[in-house]
Amino acid sequence: MKKNLFTTAAVGAIIASGLASSAMADGYATDLTLCWAAWDPANSLIELSKDFEEQSGHTMNFEFVPWTSFADRMLNELNSGGQLCDLMIGDSQWIGGGAENGHYVKLNDFFDANGISMDDFLPATVTGYAEWPKNTPNYYALPAYADVVGWTYRKDWFERPELQAEFMETYGYALDAPADLGQLKDIAEFFQGRDVDGTTVYGAAIYTERGSEGITMGVTNALYNFGFEYENPDQPYDLDGFVNSAGAVAGLEFYKELYDVGTPPGSSNWYMGENIDAYRSGQVAMQMNFAFVWPGVEADETVGGGNSGFFPNPAGPAGQFAQLGGQGISVVAYSEKQDAALEYIQWFAQPEIQQRWWDLGGASALRAVVEADDFATSQPYAQTFLDSMAIVKDFWAEPAYADLLIPMQERMHNFVIAGDGTAQEALDGLVRDWTEVFEDEDKL
Amino acid sequence: MTLSPMETAAAKTPDSMAKRIRGLSNRTIAWIFVAPTIFLLLAVNIFPLIWTIRLSFTNFRVNRPNNDVEWVGLRNYERILNDPDVWNTMQATAHFLIWTITLQVLIGFALAYLINKKFKGNDMWTTIIVFPMMLSPAVVGNFWTFLYQPQIGLFNYVVAFFTGADPASFSMIGDVHLAPWAIVIADTWMWTPFVMLICLAGLRSIPDSIYEAAECDRASKWRQFWTITIPMALPFLMLAVLFRGIENFKMFDLVVQLTGGGPGNTTTLTSIDLKREAFEKWRTGYSSAYAVILFVTVFGLASIYVKALNKVKER
Repeated sequence: MKKNLFTTAAVGAIIASGLASSAMADGYATDLTLCWAAWDPANSLIELSKDFEEQSGHTMNFEFVPWTSFADRMLNELNSGGQLCDLMIGDSQWIGGGAENGHYVKLNDFFDANGISMDDFLPATVTGYAEWPKNTPNYYALPAYADVVGWTYRKDWFERPELQAEFMETYGYALDAPADLGQLKDIAEFFQGRDVDGTTVYGAAIYTERGSEGITMGVTNALYNFGFEYENPDQPYDLDGFVNSAGAVAGLEFYKELYDVGTPPGSSNWYMGENIDAYRSGQVAMQMNFAFVWPGVEADETVGGGNSGFFPNPAGPAGQFAQLGGQGISVVAYSEKQDAALEYIQWFAQPEIQQRWWDLGGASALRAVVEADDFATSQPYAQTFLDSMAIVKDFWAEPAYADLLIPMQERMHNFVIAGDGTAQEALDGLVRDWTEVFEDEDKL
Repeated sequence: MTLSPMETAAAKTPDSMAKRIRGLSNRTIAWIFVAPTIFLLLAVNIFPLIWTIRLSFTNFRVNRPNNDVEWVGLRNYERILNDPDVWNTMQATAHFLIWTITLQVLIGFALAYLINKKFKGNDMWTTIIVFPMMLSPAVVGNFWTFLYQPQIGLFNYVVAFFTGADPASFSMIGDVHLAPWAIVIADTWMWTPFVMLICLAGLRSIPDSIYEAAECDRASKWRQFWTITIPMALPFLMLAVLFRGIENFKMFDLVVQLTGGGPGNTTTLTSIDLKREAFEKWRTGYSSAYAVILFVTVFGLASIYVKALNKVKER
């Protein structure tokens, strides 16, 4: 019986491999669908993928969804075992759920067989986008788009002698890219309501969006730098005293102050798109945003061409960190075209393709690209990108990340925007919410 | 001999089929006709409802297909009813419901009353007034986001014109006190025409002879309004309230587009909260219980209301 089984399996395997190889030899082509968010880098990826289509004979289709509904739409697709997407460039926080719920194909064997090494990618992106559990060599994605929150500022305004003089007189130091969060607030306050060329301008556009993940992606840039930790480093899921530490409270109070004194009126529900619009239209002196907007800023007729400068999220009393963005590319486990999807990943991992990815406005995580001698000078924002990628921290990537994100959105928005309660109460409440989630998950 | 239409139709039925049908009772034939509808209703409405009720007693999560599903009894219901955040969303929903219905009925009826008076350009004005309700709620939400922008929004400039306040000094969707009114105003703008149309139908159904009789009795216009117009239009008004009440209880798109439920939770209505539980947190069992509670609330209130409506009609 056993012998029969082996024979059947062997014959099956031979037929299957024969069919596959003859299909490839015959130039068998398939339609692949790649799912991602609808944003500027996605357009660059379409351009880049033409090369793959030429080489492989496969046709690439793209399903791009706006950021605010990206998670809803795509997680729904994965949870229902849908076959719309063969390749998914999913958010970094989905990696836990993607791995544990069987949505993503584990890529270790494929990487080994094709000489793809995770050592060749920026460590933060491997941990953030590819590994589950974190810090273990279990890979479910290839780092695809390195991204981080950073800042853009109106260099042309900062360099005006009259503004420099007034700033120096008021604050006692030179008006320049801020060295720490305190200076950032000073500058935002300085520009708030100021008349520049006959237009009233404001300090900074920061993330305040309520519905998806906006305010969380913004407020963490203050929390981390004041001492917030997600958990006790020595005891996983031990939250009390880390999430709601004195430093975390000070960080949250800072973000609220920044919102109160240095942001445009009506910016109570702003995320990436609104911040870009405010900056490009000359409403604000600075904008917080993911680095993906930087190529667009530099190319902009009004604020680009040297009129803007870039700086990493400034340091706070507890150090200098920035919120990680970006995504890895995964093969969807429900796809019937996994071989072709893996071909795409193999093609995408090549150094020359990664270099072209950066040149087209994508953000490569491959060290051969970002550690090349001429990388830092290749674009005005390249050095800031490198500096920012070196200080990243990410939100929870647990399978229950959405359960953790929603109370954070609620608590942060309630305090920062609605002014409800105190920072201590908001973070204490967050500890209770997150504890409940981890209890439900049997992690506590 | 003249055949009736039914007999004519029966005569055209092919013999083979007629033989088969002749053997069936009237009751069976009736069942054959209604069976597809009943099947569809069972599949699309009743089965999901029963399934939702069943899920509401479990800890099922649709994004954890590999987890064991446990029977948790009434725990989901207890958690929902003891959650202060759920009661806050109920309060926000009540505020939204009460004010939108009040304003829409008052303004809608006033507009219908004016439109009902014959004047030049009557039809054109009716078309213009009805225009907002033809738009998609998502478009209206987006549109009002711009109107409420402190720097460029027309709404702030109109308020500033009348009050002398700086347009940038207040934010309709960013202020906890103003945001609940911002969604009320946008919804009222969009749906008042709907109420107006229903009221207009009511007003036009009142026979002129009643007013003529009242004129003969020397009743004043004011008295005619209170003793003829209002009582006779009341069933239509109540119908409008029922429609708007049910619609606004499940309001989602316009508010999500306008405020995202913020600032904080100020404009998080129950439907938004339910969607977050069901399709963001993926707590399927919990959100099923939440949906059942909302269903019972709406169904109960609507039943009481319909009884009252029928009594008004009978008068």
